[in-house]
Amino acid sequence: MHVVFYISAAIAVAATLLMLRQLNAVHALIYLVISLLAVAVVFYTLGAPFAAALEVIIYAGAIMVLFVFVVMLLNLGQAAIRFERKLLGKGSWICPAVLAAILIAELTWLLIEGVGPMYPPMTIGPVEVGAALFGPYMIGVELASMLLLAGLVGAYHIGRRERSGPEPADVSEEAHK
Amino acid sequence: MIRDSLILASVLFALGLAGVLLRRNVVFVLMSIEVMLNAAGLAFIAAGARWQQADGQVMFIFILAMAAAEVAVGLALVLALFHHYKSLDADEASRMKG
Repeated sequence: MHVVFYISAAIAVAATLLMLRQLNAVHALIYLVISLLAVAVVFYTLGAPFAAALEVIIYAGAIMVLFVFVVMLLNLGQAAIRFERKLLGKGSWICPAVLAAILIAELTWLLIEGVGPMYPPMTIGPVEVGAALFGPYMIGVELASMLLLAGLVGAYHIGRRERSGPEPADVSEEAHK
Repeated sequence: MIRDSLILASVLFALGLAGVLLRRNVVFVLMSIEVMLNAAGLAFIAAGARWQQADGQVMFIFILAMAAAEVAVGLALVLALFHHYKSLDADEASRMKG
């Protein structure tokens, strides 16, 4: 179990370092996903399987998809096609693939051996987390929902394009006349 | 073992901070902020595992929700910056006039 922890920690640090020295945003995103997956394995070894699942689903899944969408929106035209061709070259995907393969080998080893977490007594599963979340931390859940709503409205407002034509307010004023 | 987890968290946090300070591309700055938030969550999980309490994971879930909201607003800002300045350089926005 300790070995898995240290290998995952090394992968997380290495992937983050490689992310920082990439010039291409998509390559950096791949390394960031690897880093998040490695941290998810670290969570699993620390006896937090629920947090590990959330890390994979929300961080490495949903949030990274947002990044990919934005990078896609920013890379348009001929440059994107040349970039796509370059993506298929070997150099850009070998290293992330090796790091991800090490992670998945660790995970299969953990599942086959059935080793528990490093702290002997127990893993803290979704049941305890849910009981704490909707017990003493209820107000925090409500605040998080308000925060997410504010983030949604704010992102919509900032991302809205200004229309070039006349404002709709003029139309309503004319109708009033 | 909590010592090693906290060392890992601080190394990741330092790498994210270095990314924020060194990179000028706004997308890279946002990614580095994600790394820093993730390191903070790792510290919470490690502490929760050390004391066998669920509170660490609860705080991690709050950090996750906060990161999701932050990244939505941040990426909308990146898009607005790109449409306005036709560039992703963070220094471009320094000539923004209030």
